[in-house]
Amino acid sequence: MTRVFTAIGFVAGVTVLSAQTASRIPRLPDGKPDLQGTYDLATLTPMERPNGSPAVLTDEQAVKGEQQAVAREHAGAVAIDGNRAAPPKGGDGSIGPAGNVGGYNSFWIDRGNQFTIVDGQKRSSIVIDPPDGRVPALTAEARQRQASRLALVRLQSDATENAGDPGLEAAGAYDDPERRPLGERCLIGFGSTSGPPILPNYFYNNLHQIVQTKDTVMILTEMVHDARIIRLNAQHAPPQIRKWLGDSVGRWEGDTLVVETTNFTDKTRFRGATEQLKITEQFTRTGANTLKYRFTIEDPKTWDKPWTGEYTWPITQDHLYEYACHEGNYALGNILRGARLREVDETKTKSKQQ
Amino acid sequence: MPRRFQGVAAGIATAAVLTIGLHTIKPLSGQGQAAYRAPRTSDGKPDLNGIWQALNEANYDLEMHMARPALALRAGPYGPVPGAAVLALGAVGSVPPGVGVVEGGEIPYKPAALAKKKENQEKWLERDPEIKCYLPGVPRAMYMPQPFQIFQSASALFIAYQYAGAVRNIYLKDPGPPPVDSWMGQSVAKWEGDTMVIDSKGFNDQSWFDRSGNFHSDQLHVVERLTRTSPDIITYEATIEDPDTFTRPWKISMPLYRRVEKNAQLLDFKCVEFVEELMYGKWRKKPLTP
Repeated sequence: MTRVFTAIGFVAGVTVLSAQTASRIPRLPDGKPDLQGTYDLATLTPMERPNGSPAVLTDEQAVKGEQQAVAREHAGAVAIDGNRAAPPKGGDGSIGPAGNVGGYNSFWIDRGNQFTIVDGQKRSSIVIDPPDGRVPALTAEARQRQASRLALVRLQSDATENAGDPGLEAAGAYDDPERRPLGERCLIGFGSTSGPPILPNYFYNNLHQIVQTKDTVMILTEMVHDARIIRLNAQHAPPQIRKWLGDSVGRWEGDTLVVETTNFTDKTRFRGATEQLKITEQFTRTGANTLKYRFTIEDPKTWDKPWTGEYTWPITQDHLYEYACHEGNYALGNILRGARLREVDETKTKSKQQ
Repeated sequence: MPRRFQGVAAGIATAAVLTIGLHTIKPLSGQGQAAYRAPRTSDGKPDLNGIWQALNEANYDLEMHMARPALALRAGPYGPVPGAAVLALGAVGSVPPGVGVVEGGEIPYKPAALAKKKENQEKWLERDPEIKCYLPGVPRAMYMPQPFQIFQSASALFIAYQYAGAVRNIYLKDPGPPPVDSWMGQSVAKWEGDTMVIDSKGFNDQSWFDRSGNFHSDQLHVVERLTRTSPDIITYEATIEDPDTFTRPWKISMPLYRRVEKNAQLLDFKCVEFVEELMYGKWRKKPLTP
């Protein structure tokens, strides 16, 4: 195993580009790397390494996985029979984007069909430290927090779209709007897409746009149109100021933009973290069409030690369109209303039985 | 773009070329403002970067108006008084007077549209998209009473608004007709001399221009002109065209001021969360007692 991890070559410091790469990356007139562009973060590489997988996929493994993904896309693109029957009453029992009743078909989904390539290696996980590619276990304190009777309302910024499958949620999940996932409320996109850390959401709308000026770097997340403004060489906001995406300040270390983010709200809760969460990100252009993104997560109340992930953002020529979420959010009201109607029905049924 | 505008644009562009050709020290500064040479970005364009904000009453009412007791009114025994739903706000809920930002004073509504504007005003509480924290549209985003930030580089132009976290990516190269209508529209910018001209279309018919029911259809076409006229001022103009709603194009203008505070920055104003009780409170398992 040791040999495999040496192969990744993870070091704690910032990425240092080879002279050849350094001369090839786009730069601004002041010599700073030009981070600007629109990036498509969709990838097959999962956050955590699947059991039994090596850190770096062999060519065979990568080709197989990517061919399967393309085959799934083709299968999903086949025209649907217009005369097909309705899903059975109560849903077909499936979990996932179809939402049990055929909610989303493949037309909507854009999960990507390639593994991320970092330092020329096809990676099997975004997490690279700990070396097993798995997010470390929660501290006892964090486990207690999650298991408490308040756990239901401890919604997390990395909750996935699939987490909200009807019928799979605990009692009380539909009592109040505040108990619904942040994505469903159009507060931030699901799957930690806005971050930090900025992660692929393995679903759709994975575009991010960077605009860079002398003293700021702005990262637009397609989903819920979140513009994260990173102030360069600035002080953090005072501790009483909390932000959904945290307060980000950045500085250049060589050719790498290093961004530190603190001052999260106590509602953001990336993977169950507290508002003490601190995230350090590194943005490094590695070629004309690639940016290497690395992040380190620290929250002593949630994990015993910091952990780190990285993946490559490829540039795309796709355009990013308005993601007006709240303006058309009929779902949230209807979900709550549906729950109230169901309660009325249940009461009626009970009174009939008595 | 209607032909008469094209003519004006071409004229200005020609003037800009002539100005450069004559090596005049004074650059073209837009709307007859005193000559001022703005600091430049690395590509030699006037630098619009920074945090800006309108300082006027346009978001209450674009037109010149007197103070009013409230935005939602009801008939009182001696004239209008605040409506029941906003009564508790007292003076905080009143409307400050304003000198107006509409050139010529009045918005040239078609008769049916004017009737709808008046109805909007009467049903303000139910209809103003700002109440529900909806995206502000254009040009309203520019004069919401909150700051916005312009990010300008040689390859991109982007505006982030504090209100509702609204954003506009402004193309520097025309991507062609907007493929879909949207709240903030599709914007394309070009320089005419030292003036940034932003042409926006592809709007839906959902946004308003202010809290007084001034509205538009999905035929809205907005041409904005941003000219730096002093170290801390952008002179802002917007020509509004919508043949379904107005008898002719009309124009608003105002200064946008730099937020000069040392720690000026955009903070979170995710008002979506703030309107959940209004929009969904009645569907709580246990609705809050009135």
